[in-house]
Amino acid sequence: MDLKLQKIIPQLITVLVVVLVFGFFTYNAQINMENRGIDFGYGFLSQESSFDVQFSLIEYDGSHSYFRAYLVGLLNTILVSVIGIIFATVLGVIVGVARLSPNYLINQFAAFYVEFFRNIPLLLQIFFWYFAALRALPLPQDADAMLGVFFLTIKGLYVPAFIWENLNVFLYSIIAAIVAIVVIRIHARKVQETQGKQLPVFWISVGLIFILPLLSFLIGGVSLSFEIPKLKQLATTSFIYEGGVSLPPELIALTLSLALYTATFIAECVRAGIQGVGKGQKEAAASIGLNPNQVLKLVVMPQALRIIIPPTTNQYLNLTKNSSLAAAIAYPDLVLVFAGTALMQTGKAIEIVSITMLTYLSLSISISILMNWYNKKIAIKEK
Amino acid sequence: MFKYLKQLTSLVAMVAVLFTFTTETMAAKKSKTLKNTQKKGFVRCGVSQGLPGFSNADAAGNWTGIDVDVCRAVAAAVLGDANKVKFTPLSAKERFTALTSGEIDILSRNTTWTLSRDADIGLTFVGVNFYDGQGFMVRKSSGITSTSQFKDGISACTNIGTTTELNMRDFFNSKGISYEPVAFEKADEVVAAYDAGRCDTYTTDKSGLAAQRTKMSNPDEHIVLPETVSKEPLGPVVRQGDSVWEDIVRWSLNAMIEAEEYGITSANADSMKTSDNPAVKRLVGAEGELGAAFGLDNEWSLRIIKQVGNYGESYKRNIADTGILPDRGPNELWTKGGILYVPPAR
Repeated sequence: MDLKLQKIIPQLITVLVVVLVFGFFTYNAQINMENRGIDFGYGFLSQESSFDVQFSLIEYDGSHSYFRAYLVGLLNTILVSVIGIIFATVLGVIVGVARLSPNYLINQFAAFYVEFFRNIPLLLQIFFWYFAALRALPLPQDADAMLGVFFLTIKGLYVPAFIWENLNVFLYSIIAAIVAIVVIRIHARKVQETQGKQLPVFWISVGLIFILPLLSFLIGGVSLSFEIPKLKQLATTSFIYEGGVSLPPELIALTLSLALYTATFIAECVRAGIQGVGKGQKEAAASIGLNPNQVLKLVVMPQALRIIIPPTTNQYLNLTKNSSLAAAIAYPDLVLVFAGTALMQTGKAIEIVSITMLTYLSLSISISILMNWYNKKIAIKEK
Repeated sequence: MFKYLKQLTSLVAMVAVLFTFTTETMAAKKSKTLKNTQKKGFVRCGVSQGLPGFSNADAAGNWTGIDVDVCRAVAAAVLGDANKVKFTPLSAKERFTALTSGEIDILSRNTTWTLSRDADIGLTFVGVNFYDGQGFMVRKSSGITSTSQFKDGISACTNIGTTTELNMRDFFNSKGISYEPVAFEKADEVVAAYDAGRCDTYTTDKSGLAAQRTKMSNPDEHIVLPETVSKEPLGPVVRQGDSVWEDIVRWSLNAMIEAEEYGITSANADSMKTSDNPAVKRLVGAEGELGAAFGLDNEWSLRIIKQVGNYGESYKRNIADTGILPDRGPNELWTKGGILYVPPAR
């Protein structure tokens, strides 16, 4: 009995203190807001926002609601995070492996890159890439076409737009290819387990992913044409490109700086993971006749991944949260659009900041859950 | 014994409650903000992060500008020394929260007086110290001389969290022009991006355009278009709910403007005490009891004029002589063709 009480009482006190502190702040905020004549409520979310946003993934202008503006900001944050995570991962893995390269030049270059980029504050890097790019890039009228169709200018990267016919048939063909590959892989594993034979799964997969979509063009009635950006004059010295798709320089600079910065940390995770696998494992794998590729794929990587994934998850979370620095260079992310302009126009500081905080929390938790699921999947399964 | 003790404590508590009520009402008369300011010994003033002519700090950290002078005037009136001001540079986004949360007591930061700001978010605008309007700046080389030459696809750099963002939409919508808004958090980045060529036009209050132009790498390459697309009355703001403090700030500004009207300057203020005009004598504290109404002495306005100067002196020092807007335009006295008109100090 005594022991039970001893266990319960500190917990009760902790809960009580938390409730009291939280209650005090809520009460205090209520009183202060009342005294200063500030209303509290989320009704503003359905009001007309009456401000425009530079770049949006969904249809939006000032006649839509504040809630729609919130969605615009959220989607832009997710966009820059997803692109950033992909680039950071690819670059991080390459640099991480390069640091272990026996080639002196390559590993020193990789080491220099890591030390340089991770030791400069991210905000400075964002400013550097943005303003350096703005200064270095040509005006639209002076831009040379890359590959004849891309235009990289101070006002953004203009790329050709795809104009599809029967896009759905094309997408079905890709889905069909993926399903076929999965089925073949399962079959190949069975064959290997029962007969010890190895099927050329890789080449079959590559073939399928090319041939099926190609067939959709030849017999499925799919056709694709490109709309190439064309120069348009606004005034004597002011031009833009029309047609095609334009990526604002803010998005490019932000993705670039986030990816370059986060890749350094991921590279270190990868290096740690690979070095964490005992030498004996590789030697043992080689001694039973696996070739170097198989050693890496079947023995080293599965073990290294278990070390790499948890710290890399942290880096993904960091990248997502760091994307809020976008406000400094006018990329319309959640912080700029919602916790910036919308907050200013409505004056609903507590409501908007609380929504923004909850949103980042949900984003981070989603990434965590996803990565934890992956981590569990690759963990050692004791039989 | 315990019974009496209980009665005694309740009696003490009641007396304490009564006492706090009486002191509360006396303090309320004197204004909580005023009391705090006098206790601290400085006025807490929110200003911009650097807008030449309005509020700008030099290398030594000395703040100057007409917005700064409003805070200095209040310090002169309340504390007797125009230098007893603590300036807090604020972004457009932070400014109202800083004021309503009590971090600052006056917001004098080229802030537009609008209905929703006045009515909604616990603020009170006390007056106008600069009549402004939104305009557009373009590069001279573009050949654009009027907003009617704007075409679809134009990109416009501006600040977030300002009325500018809303006016810009209204303007382009009414003209049926599609545009790309590029909105930054800080003015310095807006200028840098526009200067680099990211945007075809830079839009904000015309005074702001004129002031920011001086920061560009080559000011002569840019022009401000003649059209004014909105009304932007800029003025100091206080928290809602302290009417005495509100009056002090309002009349400190009014005193500066009225002093100019009567020709009282920092140089001649003392000699004006013997003027024949009773309105002048009231303003320099030689007649009437004007200060008593908000718990100040009678020379509050004299100190403002002597230490800060009248509105015209402040304008000349900060805006005209710095080459930002030599022409006073609407910010001239009503007697000289402008629209500056304040109620009489009497």
